[in-house]
Amino acid sequence: MCLGIPGQIVSITENQLAVVDFNGVRREVSLMLCPELAVGDYCLVHVGFAMQRLEPEEAQETMELLDEFLEASGESS
Amino acid sequence: MKDKRITLSHGAGGRLSHDLIEEYFVPCFDNDPLRALDDSAVIPVQSGQANRLAFTTDSYVVKPLFFPGGDIGRLAICGTVNDLAMAGARPLGLTASFILEEGLSLEDLKQVLVSMKGAAAEAGVAVVAGDTKVVEHGAAEGLYITTAGIGQIPDNVTITSAQAKPGDAVMVSGPIGDHEIAVLMARGEFSLQGEVESDCAPLNSLVQAMLKVCPAIHSLRDPTRGGLATVLWEIAQASGKGVVVEEGAVPIRKEVKGVCDLLGFDPYYLANEGKLVAFVPEKEAAKVLKAMQKHPLGKEATVIGKVTLGNPGKVLLHTPIGGHRLLEPLSGEQFPRIC
Amino acid sequence: MNPHNRPDEGRLAPRLIEEITRLADSPMRLMEVCGTHTVAIFRSGIRSMLPPGVELISGPGCPVCVTPAGEIDRAIALSRREDMILATFGDLMRVPGSSSSLQEERAQGRAVRVILSPLDAVKIAEEHPDKTVCFFGVGFETTSPAIAAAVMEAQRKGCNNFYLLSSQRLIPPAMRALLSAGKVNIDGFILPGHVSVVIGKAPYCFLAEEFSLPGVITGFEPLDILEGIYLLLRQRKEGRTEIEIQYSRVVQKEGNPRARGIMGEVFAPVDARWRGLGTIPASGLALRDGFSQMDATQAFDLPLQDIAETPGCLCGEVLQGLVRPPECSLFGTRCTPEDPVGPCMVSTEGSCAAYYKYGRGNEG
Repeated sequence: MCLGIPGQIVSITENQLAVVDFNGVRREVSLMLCPELAVGDYCLVHVGFAMQRLEPEEAQETMELLDEFLEASGESS
Repeated sequence: MKDKRITLSHGAGGRLSHDLIEEYFVPCFDNDPLRALDDSAVIPVQSGQANRLAFTTDSYVVKPLFFPGGDIGRLAICGTVNDLAMAGARPLGLTASFILEEGLSLEDLKQVLVSMKGAAAEAGVAVVAGDTKVVEHGAAEGLYITTAGIGQIPDNVTITSAQAKPGDAVMVSGPIGDHEIAVLMARGEFSLQGEVESDCAPLNSLVQAMLKVCPAIHSLRDPTRGGLATVLWEIAQASGKGVVVEEGAVPIRKEVKGVCDLLGFDPYYLANEGKLVAFVPEKEAAKVLKAMQKHPLGKEATVIGKVTLGNPGKVLLHTPIGGHRLLEPLSGEQFPRIC
Repeated sequence: MNPHNRPDEGRLAPRLIEEITRLADSPMRLMEVCGTHTVAIFRSGIRSMLPPGVELISGPGCPVCVTPAGEIDRAIALSRREDMILATFGDLMRVPGSSSSLQEERAQGRAVRVILSPLDAVKIAEEHPDKTVCFFGVGFETTSPAIAAAVMEAQRKGCNNFYLLSSQRLIPPAMRALLSAGKVNIDGFILPGHVSVVIGKAPYCFLAEEFSLPGVITGFEPLDILEGIYLLLRQRKEGRTEIEIQYSRVVQKEGNPRARGIMGEVFAPVDARWRGLGTIPASGLALRDGFSQMDATQAFDLPLQDIAETPGCLCGEVLQGLVRPPECSLFGTRCTPEDPVGPCMVSTEGSCAAYYKYGRGNEG
């Protein structure tokens, strides 16, 4: 029911507004719901608002976990 | 004088109309049939092995008039040249008919005409006849252009959507969706910033290069409005064959994908103005692809799928995870969505 | 690096399917609550890969599908007022009211603007002080904090020409109503990843505790969805019934408390009507007293009509997962995306539209 797109914060202007890069396209995004975000951070954006900080390292980690799990179960089955 | 504008008098058929044509249109498109200013342009037909004519027309109403990678004038030339090219025709001549809105700046008109001249030169064709009308302020948005084109088809070439055959390789000449996204961003509606240029270009020399290595190309289409999905579906319907596309093989620029993600658009429905889809006999596919890739407008050409006997009339998309789904033609306007 | 990017999905997906198939030794009916999941499932062709025992049922998580025609009529009535600019999300443009749609109103010259963010509506109000600007705001918990923030922003800026027509809905009450009705036959839930970004895990715990149903908060990439399905099957295999988070790279267990705070400051829960589900207690959101001057229903005369559903339209049953879209006699004949009868055909994420667009004639 809700599109959420990951983007990276390019710059922060006053009034809790940031410019966020999505695959090379930029749009102004409000940080009112995630004021702790800083330049360089990844965040999930929905209807022009940053909703959640994202941790690319964590994404990488869970991805590797899935990979390892599938490897292991593949060998045992 | 700076900031001169079109007035209703420019369309009244009198002195001002004449001056407008003499000062702006004729010098810009400069060619013999046009310069004669007779009621019809008379153009020579190349004799030889091309006994069929292709004949097409299209109207252009883009907003804004100027956008990265093109403008309404370039669009009007390329669109009609490309329609001729998709029949394998070499263009003989174009006509251009203008609806000008009262208040349009002559500077803008000039810029559009110069752009048309440039695009026509790229395509190696002349605008041999034209017409101009002026409507009152508010009755149009700047200007509208209708172009028509006539071209000759070599006798050994027959290209139609109905001819797709099982085994045919399906190719696109480059990344899809650039034009529609470039225009959308230029409109500034959703406050998106990014460097995407319209792909607007005349494709006739690319088609000639392809036909040179393979005159037996089965089908050619330029996926304008309705996008790749609609064109593939139309070919599947016309030929009564199935089309299978590998989703992972369809080239899409990351910026275009970025806008699609943001707006919830499906890139397969986005308009292109300088891309073609080719259905080529399996055995000739490698040759044609190589010829495309050597041409500046086909550098990023690639095979995206093939024609099958199964699933007649349908386009099946193989997804990167190994699933499949049907690709339907565009229905209605794509609205940006949040869901 | 895009944290959603999974370059090796082509390799991992078939492996997940293998694991799913291994665990699907008896039928499992799973409801994806969220319409964005419905679209992602169709777009990626997941249904074509699943073993026959695993059935996916589309739930009520599409705001367009569950908004009653009477609420669309109110927005249309607003758009017809002089000096009115009606701003809304593109999702709503095609939704039929009782006799028109916002798209048709725009074609007749009404000022209907499609916007991407509720803040765009505030901007329009600032740019047009001589006009009345009303934002027709639909959405679930993901969207409501943003709408709340825009309302606060409008108040802070003193935009006294900005109004909100709220048509927001809450997911957990609807799930409770769905289950309490006792009609649905579901073995587990693929829970909405982005709603959960706001509300976290706790609001779903009643599913496991009161209805003994498992749920997995799931992301929207094809691999996320496959993993979500796998985790639900694994719970059954291991005899567990709990709420898990597959989408842990985005969803925090506690959600986004700040977003919930802003939402709670601006809105209070009210009873709301859902298309197909009837009136559900405390499942909607209305402006609190401090913001009531922006409430379009108070500022303008907007009676809410009860519009009967078109005879033969099974959207209500589809939303509850009781029938699949192709089982409706209007599907693909009288009801198509070009000329929709029911809302499930209008919304791109509506089950009917998704079936029509991505799955028609391609079942199983």
